[in-house]
Amino acid sequence: MKYINKMKSVLTLIVIALIVAGISSCGQQAKDTDAFRKGALSSDVASRVYVAPGEYDEFYAFVSGGFSGQLAVYGLPSGRLLRVIPVFSVDPEKAYGFSEETKPMLETSFGFQPWDDAHHPELSQTDGNTDGRWCFINGNNTPRVARIDLTTFETAEIIEIPNSGGNHSSPFTTENTEYVVAGTRFSVPYPQQDVAINTYADKFKGMLSFIKVNPESGLMNIEFQVLLPAFDYDLAHSGKGKSHGWTFFTSYNTEKASTLLEVGASQNDKDFIAAINWKKAEEYLAQGKGHDVPANYKHNVYDEATHMATSNQMNTVKVLLPEECPGLVYFLPTPKSPHGIDVDPTGEYIVGNGKLSADLTVHSFTNMIAAIDNKEYDTIIEGIPVLKFEKVLAGTVKAAGLGPLHTEFDGRGNGYTSFFISSEIVKWKVGTWEVLDRVSTYYSIGHLMIPGGDSKNPQGKYMVAMNKITKDRYLPTGPEVTQSAQLFDITGDKMELLLDFPTIGEPHYAQGISADRIVSKSKKIYKLEENNHPYVAKSEDATKVVREGKDVHVYMTMIRSHFSPDNIEGIKVGDKVYFHVTNLEQDYDVPHGFSVMGFENAEILVMPGQTETITWVPSRVGVYPFYCTDFCSALHQEMQGYIRVSAANSTTELKWSLGE
Amino acid sequence: MKKYARAIMVIAALTLGLLFVFPMWKITLLAPQYPTGISIEIFVNNITGDISNFNIMNHYVGMKTITVKGFPELAYMQYIVLAMMALGVVIGLFGKKSHFWIWVVFMIAFGTVGLYDFYIWEYNYGHTLDPAAAIKVPGMAYQPPFIGRKEILNFIAYSFPALGGYAVGISISLAGFAALIKRK
Ligand SMILES: [Cu+2]
Repeated sequence: MKYINKMKSVLTLIVIALIVAGISSCGQQAKDTDAFRKGALSSDVASRVYVAPGEYDEFYAFVSGGFSGQLAVYGLPSGRLLRVIPVFSVDPEKAYGFSEETKPMLETSFGFQPWDDAHHPELSQTDGNTDGRWCFINGNNTPRVARIDLTTFETAEIIEIPNSGGNHSSPFTTENTEYVVAGTRFSVPYPQQDVAINTYADKFKGMLSFIKVNPESGLMNIEFQVLLPAFDYDLAHSGKGKSHGWTFFTSYNTEKASTLLEVGASQNDKDFIAAINWKKAEEYLAQGKGHDVPANYKHNVYDEATHMATSNQMNTVKVLLPEECPGLVYFLPTPKSPHGIDVDPTGEYIVGNGKLSADLTVHSFTNMIAAIDNKEYDTIIEGIPVLKFEKVLAGTVKAAGLGPLHTEFDGRGNGYTSFFISSEIVKWKVGTWEVLDRVSTYYSIGHLMIPGGDSKNPQGKYMVAMNKITKDRYLPTGPEVTQSAQLFDITGDKMELLLDFPTIGEPHYAQGISADRIVSKSKKIYKLEENNHPYVAKSEDATKVVREGKDVHVYMTMIRSHFSPDNIEGIKVGDKVYFHVTNLEQDYDVPHGFSVMGFENAEILVMPGQTETITWVPSRVGVYPFYCTDFCSALHQEMQGYIRVSAANSTTELKWSLGE
Repeated sequence: MKKYARAIMVIAALTLGLLFVFPMWKITLLAPQYPTGISIEIFVNNITGDISNFNIMNHYVGMKTITVKGFPELAYMQYIVLAMMALGVVIGLFGKKSHFWIWVVFMIAFGTVGLYDFYIWEYNYGHTLDPAAAIKVPGMAYQPPFIGRKEILNFIAYSFPALGGYAVGISISLAGFAALIKRK
């Protein structure tokens, strides 16, 4: 009996202890969850991201739209979305890829591509500093590089990359925008041909392309390509300062697997960073070492004077072979499938972010040159010397986190590295390699960005984390939730989370720049007298409708608050009607839109002084309204017109009018 | 001092030349959607500035379109100025004190007529409204202020002399001063 009582009280105690433990662990879990969600948020951060109505943000951020194919422009620190620039995907809102003027922008050697996957924005640089002239961005799927003009925030040029299988290690400028680069993520047969996939190791090659940028016009051309082994080339950065003249590309799948890469490409302890001496390449080109290789690619250019793009067929490209060009390429062994490759502001340190590793490998440019001079080679692969790992290594940031992807710098001697697997950012000291601080991200960060963080002079006030997963961070919107970025203050010893903000598509990478480097150059209107569009009407007197067989050209104007003409008759079923619409306004922020009922097309949104063309093939008789789609004025609702469509065999006279 | 009277008179006449470089008058409209304002500048022989935006804004209430051709004064006013300059130089070099005064009186007369003409134009511009105008506000006129600041519907209008206008004032003052100190 005594024992039983004792047993009872012991059992009771155990039960109570378990309940208490259970409750407290529940409490702890709730606390942990809460801490995860909020991070270490101090109470007054709102005021530090608050930009009062009418005030400007301090920085522009150009954030890639990923699988949206576009480029988003945000203000920092507010995180406000300012504009989505259509680049690689059609955009019916702006008629990009729908208007006759912009359709050629999306032409490729495969035909019209309405979509791509836009990954890495890169601002042009002068003397290693962002200069606010252009933003480049790569199209990953059908290999291309685009140039966006930062006076208009419009895509000015797209060049296709031949002999490439997916343009990921791109565009990453040199320090005076001499070149932007384009390395293939997927090696492909060279030349492209019908072969068995298991001939990968023999028949496939990886191509790295150097695109020359005209310093005045910005126009791009593929100056040369370098033929490399069939690895996957992941990311790139060019040297700066002492390492100016070199560009570094990371590679993975040095195992040359062509199936189940998640295993096959993860076997080697070390993959390679390919260091390309592009100044040497220029010498070899001057010596005639470049092979003129037949190629098939498009070069699309938008002309601001005619408001029109043209697509040009290109048929040849120059290829350099490392076997014939000693000193052109070296391989730097780097642990575990490195993703980002980042050069510190001095140009001395080359950071390989081995994404399947816990450590961060930092090479020294000085060591690399010494190893080259002393021929410290492990081996030679397809004519490319592999430098001895220990001879180029500068140091290792030890056990920094799990899955390092990408590093940027603050200009105060610190590196900031994103870790995808451990979902955090680690701040470390360049030179001593000690870890200084770490902060969680929500969730699974890919790249990060500090304005100018990959230039010679970072503007190290804020840092933006671009996350791959959002889960519960925002109000749920069904199975597909928003993508997200997070803003940190990095001016103190500790990184401090300030703000979450949603992004379009998937934010892969971003560039930031002090607003004053762009604001003063931003165009307000296009000058009407400089409009050289072949179908422009510069005044209402110049408007007309001209029939050329089944093609009907309508020269139309728009001004607050009417179209001229606004009554059109004599159009027939089966005609192809070209509406060439000129916005006569010469005032800031007075666009007009244009659309016709049932015209199987997108609206055009015409900026002041601009001419845009949209086509319509009417399929049935009737009288159809058209109207202005952009609320422009007090009489916007009156900005409308009618177009009469008669039977194909009718004799309705062609006529047009306004106010009659 | 008196020996400088002729020189001052010549300078006074030549000062009118500034009318060909700077506008006489400036009218500015300010509104929430025009935070930096839109302005027109009236020269002795031209009108410049945001004329098309003035016209676009004002056509909704039926105001007339401003064009250079709509001001016949702009065609001949410059010749009056040139003539007065020539006359002033001649008087400065060879004229008597009374001639000096005559030039001053002429200038004041021309200035007054000019200002009156400007007022009449403003009155007509603000009151002559197209009966078919889209927006009609009963009893509303849109005459800009003759000189100063005035609120007109959602706009604030400013009307002030510009550099050329001040040059006329300076010219008259200099000539008056020259006349005062001139020996007979
Ligand atoms: Cu409109």
